[in-house]
Amino acid sequence: MARRRRALAMLAALAALAAIPLVAGLVNQPFYLDLFRRIMIFAIAAVSLDIILGYGGMVSFGHAAYLGIGAYAVAIPALHGVHSAWVQWPLAMALSGLAALAIGAISLRTSGVYFIMITLAFAQMLYYVGISIEPWGGDDGMRLARRSQLGGPLDLGDPHVFYYVVLAILAVLLLVGDRVIQARFGTVIRAVKSNEPRMRAIGFSTLRYKLAAFVLAGAVGGLAGALLANQTEYLTPSYMHWTRSGDIMVMVILGGMGTLAGPVLGAAAFLLLENVLSAWTVHWQAILGPLLVLVVLYARGGLWGLLPGGASRDD
Amino acid sequence: MRTIKAATVLALVAALLAGPAGAADPLKIGFITSLSGPAGIIGKHMKDSVELALDHLGRKVGGLETEVIYGDDQRKPDVGKQLADEMLKKHRVHVVSGVIWSNVMLAVAPTVTGAGTLMVGTNAGPHELAGKMCHELYFTTSWQNDQTPEAMGKFMQDQGLTDVYAMAPNYAAGKDMISGFKRYFKGKVVAEVYTKLGQQDYQAEITQLRAANPKVVFVFYPGDMGIQFLKQYAQAGLREQIPLYSVYTVDEISIPAVGDAALGNFETRYWSPDLKNEANARYVGDFKKKFGYTPTFYGAQSYDGIMLIDSAVRAVKGDLSNKKGMVAAMRKADFKSTRGRFTYNNNHHPIQNFYLLRAVKGVGGDIELQIQKTVFENHKDAYYQDCPMKW
Amino acid sequence: MNWLLVVEQCLNGLQLGVMLFLMAAGLTLVFGIMNFVNLAHGSLYMLGAYFAVAFLKWTGSFAASVVLALLATLVVGMLVEVIALRTLYERDHLDHVLATFGLILFFNELVAIAWGRAALFASVPPALGGFVEILPRLRYPLYRAVIILVGLAVALLLYVVVSRTRLGMLIRAGASNRTMVAALGVNIRLLYTVVFGFGAALAGLGGLMAGPIYTVQPGMGEEILIEVLVVIVIGGIGSIRGALVGAVVVGMVDTLGRAFLKPMLATVVSPAAADSAGPALASMLIYILMAAVLYFRPQGLFPATRS
Repeated sequence: MARRRRALAMLAALAALAAIPLVAGLVNQPFYLDLFRRIMIFAIAAVSLDIILGYGGMVSFGHAAYLGIGAYAVAIPALHGVHSAWVQWPLAMALSGLAALAIGAISLRTSGVYFIMITLAFAQMLYYVGISIEPWGGDDGMRLARRSQLGGPLDLGDPHVFYYVVLAILAVLLLVGDRVIQARFGTVIRAVKSNEPRMRAIGFSTLRYKLAAFVLAGAVGGLAGALLANQTEYLTPSYMHWTRSGDIMVMVILGGMGTLAGPVLGAAAFLLLENVLSAWTVHWQAILGPLLVLVVLYARGGLWGLLPGGASRDD
Repeated sequence: MRTIKAATVLALVAALLAGPAGAADPLKIGFITSLSGPAGIIGKHMKDSVELALDHLGRKVGGLETEVIYGDDQRKPDVGKQLADEMLKKHRVHVVSGVIWSNVMLAVAPTVTGAGTLMVGTNAGPHELAGKMCHELYFTTSWQNDQTPEAMGKFMQDQGLTDVYAMAPNYAAGKDMISGFKRYFKGKVVAEVYTKLGQQDYQAEITQLRAANPKVVFVFYPGDMGIQFLKQYAQAGLREQIPLYSVYTVDEISIPAVGDAALGNFETRYWSPDLKNEANARYVGDFKKKFGYTPTFYGAQSYDGIMLIDSAVRAVKGDLSNKKGMVAAMRKADFKSTRGRFTYNNNHHPIQNFYLLRAVKGVGGDIELQIQKTVFENHKDAYYQDCPMKW
Repeated sequence: MNWLLVVEQCLNGLQLGVMLFLMAAGLTLVFGIMNFVNLAHGSLYMLGAYFAVAFLKWTGSFAASVVLALLATLVVGMLVEVIALRTLYERDHLDHVLATFGLILFFNELVAIAWGRAALFASVPPALGGFVEILPRLRYPLYRAVIILVGLAVALLLYVVVSRTRLGMLIRAGASNRTMVAALGVNIRLLYTVVFGFGAALAGLGGLMAGPIYTVQPGMGEEILIEVLVVIVIGGIGSIRGALVGAVVVGMVDTLGRAFLKPMLATVVSPAAADSAGPALASMLIYILMAAVLYFRPQGLFPATRS
């Protein structure tokens, strides 16, 4: 029963997002396409983080590193004339996944705050490496010569097409994510979060499952990074800075971790608030800050938990 | 039920965010800068200067009612680009201006010019936009990043100084500053030390510096890095021993924070509050009166940006659709700039003088930067030949 | 080999380490006792610096400004604990992260509203501005030498308090088994508030000592917060001894790395390569160190035992 309600809610949200371009056209505000597209890209990043954070209990403060790797995986080939998305985007996912494998193999030996710190350390290391590599712009960053080419009528230069491509990716991610969570793999991950010693006692090699989840999250994060590079047509190593990881983490927790819709909601809420508040006052952080504190104190399941019926989480 | 709720919320949000329909034709200028966070002080200088310019023009730029829409880029290029998109598509601005940081500019400028809108940069001067990526619709009222250290290099070369110890943060701008310096300084550079971006404690580097025993120190430390370095350099007793020359380190923002630690330090710049001309006297005088603090070059550039836009709008008699006319007018740089008259190079970057400044005790007992001599007259940047524009 | 230079750099490393220790002690205390991840620790450091500047302006006396700033930070720390953080102890670490992240944003803006965004003027008091001759031909800034002494004194004070007083005993007991301590009739809530306030005061002390040599501006706490987190992770969370060892190790590695890594690299690779690789490597050094420590000892060097 809860599953049906969740699925319905998910469809409703996706339908609303699909309607945005039409609404934007009606009120003659094409900017909302850009705004909501950016929101969806960060939603993809937030969902990828939620896989390991919400479901797996692994608090990675270095998730932005995968966004950065994904972004570079698009810009560097473009610099050398390779514009096909079919090359760039799988490359982005592969490279980020590999990085996650390497980082995870070392980090997952620790837990708790130690895990947080070591993932942060790796992200910072990549950031400092990024600043120093001059052929790739260093701190000045890289421009994306052309947006990724999907071929045929799918021209990312057209804002509507780009919007629906991102929406499609988000929808597929949520669908596949839901399948994975309900399947054996997802169940094991959630059980490991709940009680790892017990799982080990039963005979599961928990490290392998956690590492697999970590790699999956990294790969999807890389895809988000590839999309972000296309969105901004520009990237800098600052995409990998730990404060960016913090932003994504806030989106996940704000929206409701351990759910699939939560991070989407969190990304929308965070970025919309930022946009509206900063236009209103210079001191917008003094408003956003206490707002976050209030959400933590009184809205335990995040924003998703506040919605009626949303509290019945994936269990 | 939830679907209806979601739709209602969405509609409300849309209503909240829907911009004006754009009826009568006031002039709209979008100004992107950093207003929050540690760099917010620079944004404040720029915003205050823009407001003063508007006051001086009677709130009418080029004779048209003007609305300036400010955006806070939070020092992030993707936020800067989003702001540019918002200003272009939602607010339908006629000109975009501002931008402090080179990496934000590299994301914003192509977006603006790509949409066929004029951009008047008022600080960032990345060499890409002065060279290969120059554009008919992109102008700057500041400089090209390398020009300032080039002036310092020339001064030191002319003075016959040698045994220079150079330091900068380890990022693109830091490397550009040192290479710009070396473009004109051909003497001996004892060491080139690059420190971590955002580093707070320089004691280790200062110890190394002292052991190397150079004759002169040249640094580039903007923002809080500068304040920290200046304080620690003075505390190590080096201020009296080894002369400190810098770019973008000692300015009207850092001087109040370091006090005497800045005394005697040298800088090069195209402008100083004490530069003598009518427009600058009016700008600095009225700025101090209205806001109660001394303006910096960030502000002077932003003020000039508005004045440049004013001259262009006047030239086309308010016909904002005449972009070619506005570009032609801007190229003439026919306005009273705070740095005195200047001309534009083919890449829409100013050809201007550069002066040697020194931090001294001013009339009121406060420390201020004062012009000592002219280093460059009508100095061109090093990248204009890469720019294919000719006019 | 210029041995005097090496000695001076070691002193610099020790001083940096001691500054980090002041921050780390408070943070690790709060984490160890209350199992609370306090990212807003950097904000308390910032407030210490701001209060010191404000009180110096008000009273004109450096000594008075120090005492008042410490008291003010202590009070603010306790207030924050009571108003915002008290209910979060039983909650997930992530909730701590989110809440204290919100506090960071709030305090940064509050300070900007109250004192403006420009960096404030803070300098070394004239009495402490000279040099001390530690060795013949080695003159060390007096202020930095004072920092080392203050830090070591605080370490000693903490050691005495934690291991020789009743309060210390309660702290250790609470870290070990909080429920039992509460069951024994100790006012655990008051204990937590006091510990949090104490940690805040330590951060404030770090801030007011850093003010004269670093910048006093909104957001000054975030940069050092990362280094402090690295320190307590290396040292072992909840352990004061770990914080001291971790801090000194980090300070030394960072300082010596920045000073000697590039010249050392230049002996094995070309100077041009050393020029670009050296600084990059130096800035990553403490992270590499932390990763290495965690690889061999996933709980840090001196993990505090907890149940």
